[in-house]
Amino acid sequence: MHELAIAEGVVDTVTQRLPGARITSVHLEIGALSGVVTDSIRFCFDLATEGTGLEGARLEITEPPARCRCRSCGTEFLPDPPIILCPCGSADVAVLGGEELKILAVQVA
Amino acid sequence: MCATCGCAGDELAGHEHEDGTWHEDGPGHEDGPGHEHAHDGQHPHGRTVTLAEKVLARNDALARQNRDWLRERGILALNLMSSPGAGKTTLLERTAAGLAGELVVGVIEGDQETALDADRMRAAGCQVVQVNTGTGCHLDAVMVRDALTKLDPPGGSVVVIENVGNLVCPALFDLGEAHRVVLASVTEGADKPVKYPHMFRSADLVLVTKTDLLPYVDFDLARCTADLGMISPGATVLPVSARAGDGIGQWYNWLRRQAPA
Repeated sequence: MHELAIAEGVVDTVTQRLPGARITSVHLEIGALSGVVTDSIRFCFDLATEGTGLEGARLEITEPPARCRCRSCGTEFLPDPPIILCPCGSADVAVLGGEELKILAVQVA
Repeated sequence: MCATCGCAGDELAGHEHEDGTWHEDGPGHEDGPGHEHAHDGQHPHGRTVTLAEKVLARNDALARQNRDWLRERGILALNLMSSPGAGKTTLLERTAAGLAGELVVGVIEGDQETALDADRMRAAGCQVVQVNTGTGCHLDAVMVRDALTKLDPPGGSVVVIENVGNLVCPALFDLGEAHRVVLASVTEGADKPVKYPHMFRSADLVLVTKTDLLPYVDFDLARCTADLGMISPGATVLPVSARAGDGIGQWYNWLRRQAPA
């Protein structure tokens, strides 16, 4: 359950950047290839924020899809994880999007 | 739009008021009955602050420090990962014995509880630091930094970080290693790379372990290798048996090629 560690990471980062602030909402970006399950983050968020300036904050999550470009034929495509394969059959692909795991913004009271 | 100050309420960009206060607005900024706007330098309503920061930024920064620290001393660090019971410790015991006198191998053992693996590696002649993560399901860069300080590995040596047995969580946490080595044992089934793609996608080397048991289990080595070729095209795949010794020479050679000259 690394989502608890991820949620704690969010609390640490926000507390460090905005010491003492009361946060009313947190906007995260969690890509389809990030390895983080958004439902688990929601589950852990209340636990991780308890007793911090983020307690009770609303959680908003944007989920960018996986986007890839084939290095063999140049096609850009939306893969169907887990196997990232170009329609041409090549597995030599560059991931353009979907690996995001970011705190985009917070709302301060 | 806010009637008092004119902030748009639908943009992330901020603006500065005449009294010098900085005002960042966002989608959450709505004008309404509850919106009291004192304009006394204190803004009682919410403001959006753009952070645009990676959640794992702190871990990644510490991992970079670990990597620099290791590189300065000419130490090769490997992050060894697998499910519990895939044979990480057995492989390390065999490796420590097989390369004794050639490579100095230090070990950081990650487990939720006990020092059982540390005892085994100490008996195999290695310097060991045991990290117990308690309820934690993975090692992170802070734990490894502290363990490296304790281990104090000599320059030119190899440090193997045996991560907590888990095919999910450790994949996300950079420890400062030079390479990721992932084990998949034949007793687990050939479908593990497809089921746990994040872990295998991050691997530089995949060791298919316990190959001496291939005659007794339904494990399609060709299928597993083909799946790995699609999930992790950059990874080297080596079948090994730490018990019988099959393929162990290729693992040693891989290790020798990565080890500091």
